[in-house]
Amino acid sequence: MSSILIIEQVLNGLQFGVMLFLMAAGLTLIFGVMGLINLAHGSLYMVGAFAAAWVAGATGSFLLALVAALAAAAAAGALVEIVVIRRLYKAAHLDQVLATFALILIFSEGTRWVFGSFPLFLDIPDYLSGPVTLPGGIQYPFYRLVLIGIGFAVALGLWWLTAKTRIGIQIRAGENDREMIAALGVDISKLYTLVFALGAALAGLAGALVGAIQSVQVGMGEPVLILAFVVIVIGGIGSIRGAFIGALLVGLTDTLGGVFLPELFKLFMETTTATQTGSALASMAVYILMSIVLIWRPSGLFGARA
Amino acid sequence: MKKLVTSAAVLALLAAPALADTKIGMITTLSGGGAGLGVDVRDGFMLAISQSGRDDIEVVIEDDQRKPDIAVQLADKMIQSEKVDVLTGIIWSNLAMAVVPSVTAQGKFYLSPNAGPSALAGAGCHQNYFNVAWQNDNLHEAAGAYANSAGYGNSFILAPNYPAGTDALTGYKRTFEGDVANEIYTKLGQTDYAAEIAQIRASDADSVFFFLPGGMGISFLKQYADSGIEKPVIGPAFSFDQGILQAVGDAALGVVNTSQWNKDIDNATNAAFVESFQAEYGRLPSLYASQGFDTANLLISAIEAADVSDADAFRDALRAADFDSTRGAFSFGPNHHPVQTIYAREVIKEGDVFTNKIVATALENHADAYAADCKM
Repeated sequence: MSSILIIEQVLNGLQFGVMLFLMAAGLTLIFGVMGLINLAHGSLYMVGAFAAAWVAGATGSFLLALVAALAAAAAAGALVEIVVIRRLYKAAHLDQVLATFALILIFSEGTRWVFGSFPLFLDIPDYLSGPVTLPGGIQYPFYRLVLIGIGFAVALGLWWLTAKTRIGIQIRAGENDREMIAALGVDISKLYTLVFALGAALAGLAGALVGAIQSVQVGMGEPVLILAFVVIVIGGIGSIRGAFIGALLVGLTDTLGGVFLPELFKLFMETTTATQTGSALASMAVYILMSIVLIWRPSGLFGARA
Repeated sequence: MKKLVTSAAVLALLAAPALADTKIGMITTLSGGGAGLGVDVRDGFMLAISQSGRDDIEVVIEDDQRKPDIAVQLADKMIQSEKVDVLTGIIWSNLAMAVVPSVTAQGKFYLSPNAGPSALAGAGCHQNYFNVAWQNDNLHEAAGAYANSAGYGNSFILAPNYPAGTDALTGYKRTFEGDVANEIYTKLGQTDYAAEIAQIRASDADSVFFFLPGGMGISFLKQYADSGIEKPVIGPAFSFDQGILQAVGDAALGVVNTSQWNKDIDNATNAAFVESFQAEYGRLPSLYASQGFDTANLLISAIEAADVSDADAFRDALRAADFDSTRGAFSFGPNHHPVQTIYAREVIKEGDVFTNKIVATALENHADAYAADCKM
């Protein structure tokens, strides 16, 4: 196993991690600020991807497609918040899970109704496609480097938003004491809609960016959603910083585990058995990581509440 | 006595239309990630039924949502309350394993338009179970045979870590005579293959074989094309069917894949099928649609020859496979799985539409490897 391969896999892990972060950031904001478990977050990811594929197909522009993904997911998020979610803030978590699960079904079948059962086409634009040669002779797809860049830029932007702006202060205040900031004259329901739309827009962006290298199809959001939940549990619910660190940890564990565990087992097992056992264990690696973090810090790495 | 005969005759008259009606239960995947396959099987099947012009065949269609528990419930419902005579439709091997044994044990017929798990082809075969598509390993065996003829000597092989994935790599290795550079089991439903592609780049393989059906294949091919690796790729038709090729786009162009069917197989049935499918549904048929179509025509041929209430005669009629297949010649092996020719196809672009063209014959009149274990 050469060092080039290892560096390439670390980059893959980082890229996977930052995309998970885009999903997890919205999820953790919504859970932290409003105390809401939003299972339909994966549907917003799908909405972003479908909007991007549709606009890219109609206009041929990838940038317009990204704008459309952000706008469509944010609009869908705001609409869902106003029509459905708003009634659930005071409800028990089980009711929230039930209602947002219903939203998943509505979004999935609605998308199938509009776009059909077959996957849509969305591709990387020419100016971002193909591999680039990094120092040390590493060939790496340019688009994935761009994804890493976008992920870090969004992380920086979110940090600036929460730490340096008035909205950010309101969001953080809302996390700590929602009655008090309502009493101080902040329009709490508008703030909630805004946070929800922001989270949705990030999910939609992730869906469009990832849709270009994967497949745009109904149900694409749910597998990512599960990992995004793992991320926010590891990072500490409500913490953007936690979501970032958690996402990178999960991304790296998942990627490196998938590559190196089968190799490790091959040292003392027969090839076929080793790859099967190794990959089975690799798919558990993320959850094992989560258990270890939770044993060590029950509220997650950066969680405020126990 | 005369009275008795008359009433018997009246009864027979009353009963005759009811006897002639054959009720088919179709359980297939019509929602969720794998819906495209079920929709194609259903559309191909219903096209054949409507073309037959028969109004004595009733088809009940239900969606299994790709969930084994739901498929089992639907099968029970169809047998117990709908009283269907024949079941068909299941796409996924894990669902077939959950449904088929209990269906055949209750004396009903099951015709598989897609899934062909090895467990039902070998020791677990049943006289009332017919597979009209293929045994799971077949297309992969053909891919291995094609790799030999293309002169590949060292393959990097990958498939998802589930029974059909294991069948796939086993099938490829059964016929491939070269070395295996590395063998990887990915997660079922995995969408990012960056890690595997990096390993392919680092390996000394001269070819890549992959079995990643549906969305998994789209992701892999797009990412592989973007990685700039030049090693040729081969796979079974499942990642190159008509439904998903448009979503893969240029990344699939020129890739060789193996299939028992293609739209350019030259026979009258196939030409009529491709044309009427397009006219009816406004899209090109996939191999799944052809399997649905063949399944329905096999069924119709059996209904014409025998009544389904006479199970032995009906079974013989099915076994005779006296119908015009879109694949040309069609016959069943001793375990009721097809003995058929499997082709190598290449992905081409016809106008704006991506589709496949046959470039070679991979395996001629190929039977599956499990037939010998089948004792009916």
